[in-house]
Amino acid sequence: MSQILIPILIVGGMGIIFGVLLGAASKIFAVKTDERVPKILEVLPGANCGGCGFAGCSAYANALVSGGVKPNMCPVGGAAVAEKISEILGVEAEEKEKMVARVLCNGNPERAVQKYEYDGPRDCHSAARLGGGEKMCPHGCLGFGSCVAVCKFGAISVADGVAVVDVNKCVACGACALECPKKIIKILPAKSKYTITCKSVEKGKITRRDCKVGCIGCGICAKNCPKGAIVVKDNVAVIDPMKCVNCGICASKCPQKAINKVE
Amino acid sequence: MISELLIISVGAILINNFVLVQFLGICPFLGVSKKVETASGMGIAVVFVMICASALTWVVQEYLLVPFGIEYMQTIAFILVIAVLVQFVEMFLQKSIPSLYNSLGVYLPLITTNCAVLGVAINNITKFGGTEMSFVKSIVYGGSAGLGFTLAIVLFAGVRERLESSDIPEFLKGMPVVLVTAALLSIAFLGFSGLSFN
Repeated sequence: MSQILIPILIVGGMGIIFGVLLGAASKIFAVKTDERVPKILEVLPGANCGGCGFAGCSAYANALVSGGVKPNMCPVGGAAVAEKISEILGVEAEEKEKMVARVLCNGNPERAVQKYEYDGPRDCHSAARLGGGEKMCPHGCLGFGSCVAVCKFGAISVADGVAVVDVNKCVACGACALECPKKIIKILPAKSKYTITCKSVEKGKITRRDCKVGCIGCGICAKNCPKGAIVVKDNVAVIDPMKCVNCGICASKCPQKAINKVE
Repeated sequence: MISELLIISVGAILINNFVLVQFLGICPFLGVSKKVETASGMGIAVVFVMICASALTWVVQEYLLVPFGIEYMQTIAFILVIAVLVQFVEMFLQKSIPSLYNSLGVYLPLITTNCAVLGVAINNITKFGGTEMSFVKSIVYGGSAGLGFTLAIVLFAGVRERLESSDIPEFLKGMPVVLVTAALLSIAFLGFSGLSFN
């Protein structure tokens, strides 16, 4: 009998003692982890895109709990997620302007003059290193889709040699804008439907030589805008999306057809 | 005495390397050896746990199992001790040294199920049980076994990092080439078996 009892008692006793010790240790060494973190993580989309500016969803959740960070920074979840996070944190939700990526080039191969025929790897960075790409215009979309490759939401595609953003899918995480070697993708408020689809800061004469639809900085749009939302700076017009009322006068007046409506 | 401890440690690190000669702890060896950085993190965690486990299991063996004549319960008792120890160390580190806790990360709880740790505990008893110096020897043996593990996994991770950028035939890509590499490394360590101190 004792042959069975002794090992049971010893090992069982060890188990109980260790259990009690661990229980006590978990009380003594308890680290306060905020219970709101897992709740916020549940609400967040979990895409880990980094669009909020943090390393991932969990980093953002931790930053939210430790304070000083606004709950409306997740571009994927948008207002709905911001509201839920605010509920968890017990703070008022703030409306965040819906943003979207805009490609500031419309120079497809028929409109933009070609400098040479690029025959290298099908990648924007490679093309950009070889004399700035095959387009005459140094600010033109290269059309090899490096932006397409980094988009986690399938919101960007290359059509007719120029990148096009699907506004409905775009979450404005900014990955494409970072990737583009020409830096012609900008994250802009979705409110303004009209975009100057050119970023050429060259003088009007040179832009006109390089591309049929380039902004030459003539300023006609700026003069005609009823809200004064357009300014010409460095030979290229820029629309202030917050002032724009989507009247469309600028697009109809532009002699170069460089202002386009995007949904 | 020092020469004796030196022999034990060289023996555990090189001649009877836990991973490459005794084939213990293969799963973390293959699992967390993709990057030198994570491999060394795992190695440090293993050294730490092995030293603690060696000390504690020696005490359990000497003052619990032997007096009651239940040495056959060794395996269960040691697994219990190691699991509790790792849990405790994790809690302690999280509270007291959060920076170390964060850098060890997920490896610490993973070690609970590392057979190399149990191997150290059992080797301690079978190799040095009964002699008067065995407590110190146990700790030295545990630390050296951990260092041997670190050496093996860091070497292996270095090779694997190079493999990433090399041109490997299609049929060898992934795990096959990793296993071939591990085998070659193991054969290389066989060379140390000539280093005999007896």
